[in-house]
Amino acid sequence: MDILITGLLLGGTYALIAMGLNLQYGMARIMNLANGEMLVAGGFVAFWLWTGSQISPLLTVFVVAPVAFLLNWLIYLIFLRPLVKRAKSRGQLEVDSILTTFGLSFVAVGLMLAFFGGDYFSYSYLSEPVHILGDTYGANRVAAFLAAVVVCGLLWLWLNRSRAGMTIRAISVAPESARLVGIDVRRTAALAFALGGAVTATGGALISTFLTLDASTGVIFTLKALVIVIMGGVGDVRGTVVAALLLGLLETFVARLIDPGLTLAAAYLLFVVILLFRPQGLFGRPTT
Amino acid sequence: MKRRTFTRLAALALAAGVAGAPAMAQEVLKVGAVAPKTGPLAGGAAVSYWPNVKLWINDVNGRGGLRVGGKTYKLEAIEYDDQTNPGETIKAVQRLVDQDKAKIVLPPYSTGLNLAAAPIYARYGLPMITSTATTDKADALSAQFPNVFITLGGAKPVVQGVVDTMVKLRDRGDIGKKLAMVNVADAFGIELMNEAKPAFKKAGFELVYETSYPLGTQDLSPVMKAAKAAAPDAFIAWSYPPDTFALTEQAIVEDLKVGAFFTAVATAFPAYAGRFRTAVDGVLGIGGVNADGEAFKAYAKRHEEVTGAKPDYWASAMVYSSFQVLEKSIEAVGSFDNAAIIKHIKANSFDTVIGPIKFDGHNNNPSFWTVGQWQGGVFKGVASTGRDGAVDVKKKAAWK
Repeated sequence: MDILITGLLLGGTYALIAMGLNLQYGMARIMNLANGEMLVAGGFVAFWLWTGSQISPLLTVFVVAPVAFLLNWLIYLIFLRPLVKRAKSRGQLEVDSILTTFGLSFVAVGLMLAFFGGDYFSYSYLSEPVHILGDTYGANRVAAFLAAVVVCGLLWLWLNRSRAGMTIRAISVAPESARLVGIDVRRTAALAFALGGAVTATGGALISTFLTLDASTGVIFTLKALVIVIMGGVGDVRGTVVAALLLGLLETFVARLIDPGLTLAAAYLLFVVILLFRPQGLFGRPTT
Repeated sequence: MKRRTFTRLAALALAAGVAGAPAMAQEVLKVGAVAPKTGPLAGGAAVSYWPNVKLWINDVNGRGGLRVGGKTYKLEAIEYDDQTNPGETIKAVQRLVDQDKAKIVLPPYSTGLNLAAAPIYARYGLPMITSTATTDKADALSAQFPNVFITLGGAKPVVQGVVDTMVKLRDRGDIGKKLAMVNVADAFGIELMNEAKPAFKKAGFELVYETSYPLGTQDLSPVMKAAKAAAPDAFIAWSYPPDTFALTEQAIVEDLKVGAFFTAVATAFPAYAGRFRTAVDGVLGIGGVNADGEAFKAYAKRHEEVTGAKPDYWASAMVYSSFQVLEKSIEAVGSFDNAAIIKHIKANSFDTVIGPIKFDGHNNNPSFWTVGQWQGGVFKGVASTGRDGAVDVKKKAAWK
């Protein structure tokens, strides 16, 4: 039982890490390799506000999210829109955006080093035990899991029920046809990208309550997010959630019952198996 | 290729910014330093290494400069980021010597990067007094590269220190003989685990739980849950910074009841106490210093004044001490004749912030701290191989 809950909690963390990239890659079609840096930046802000003025990271997200939204909007307008404009095909855009965001990730690491220094930033927030069904879990992990449920739930509702959400899905499914029905594809893509950045930074603020981060740890999270997004199916909220939970459960299961040393191997084995049988990911649409 | 040029340019710009505008009245001497500013080891280097480069140069310039053969030089740092990549470390050393014409090149950071760079330092004949490398192979190393010195000890003495500490606690009746021991699956963790297992068995301990976990594991609660289920009397982790933090947090959350709790790298970091506050009391860790000694206290005060950060209680003082050994040797020799400087380092004893340092026949500093313990908000040395100022080890009370 405790394996199940520990696994679900870890899965929630993974969903927070991956959801933003899903929006950026799936909807805005930007393979953002600087995604992890945005997450670390969100964590930095939470660390600052907590150690500086004791502002709870759970409140910090309400500052982090709008700022990250604006910042990502600007990044999209300045660096990525020119690529979208000149790209002749989706493949070309993918290559261009990978190169650009790879460069941006170095710039981001450099900026964070300059502003925050290279030291580890770690603090204790809600590191108290919570008892669920007779077992103990860290309260900060439970809080992050609940936040993940809220964020993913809201996103899913918004994408499926609201008009703005539908337009975003439309440009994800068929960017060419979306234009024909009067959707401003450029504006909507920027919105999706900015939203993805906001979600990622929020995730960073939340997971910084229990993970130790430093300026150069971003790449670890980018990789994890990439694996989850591809496993779940690009552009599908449900896919990312299911893949994240699967990964969390599998890693915890292996760590407890087999050996903690094999968690990485098990995670990548799952990745390979899923790609073998469903190359488009769990919930992905087959590519034409 | 472009990326490398860019990072180099960035490093150069950073170095120029750090050094500021030097006074032109005196001759300026370039001092090269290469260590991680990015990559997996950047966090550790930012605590233990880079602030000491700044502090040392500040101290030397503060007393007028480096006196070499009747001339005094103002020191100016050239800092390169090796991205925690041994290839980059080697290239940066070449660049420092060939292009920047640095007369002094400080040793790099971490065991791996120091070992990787040892041949290039040897080829240039540079004295290399390592301060963040732990190795048991000092004799083989110094036979091959007579310019390399080891100050921070090796796995064997560290394990011996931990075993002795645990035996002391057990003989006093503070802990029983059941031991849970975990390690990070990385060269450092594996080497120490392999040393520790037979050593503890020989000392009469029983290993009730052991495991390893990959570097960068995001959730260590399964490890701590399993360790707790085995009901150990003492918990030992050969861990790296992020997992040292994570294991401690999980131990608090799970309320692991042990009489001794030991984690390795980063336990001695100020950020550790900053995060867990009063809960750190009684936690054992790798390293230690003579925290009550005047030399360390004065050093810690200057460190905080000049760099704005506290030193850690292990490698920081050793890094600074190794710079002091180099400084004193250059001044004593009175020239930049590296062969003579190396000879001087081998032959003499040096008074440093960590205490006297005298290298043995294998260029190894035989006296260093192995185990420390948080007591009253300070990480104090409890076991060493011949350093003064060790305090008595205490039983770990309940987490609070």
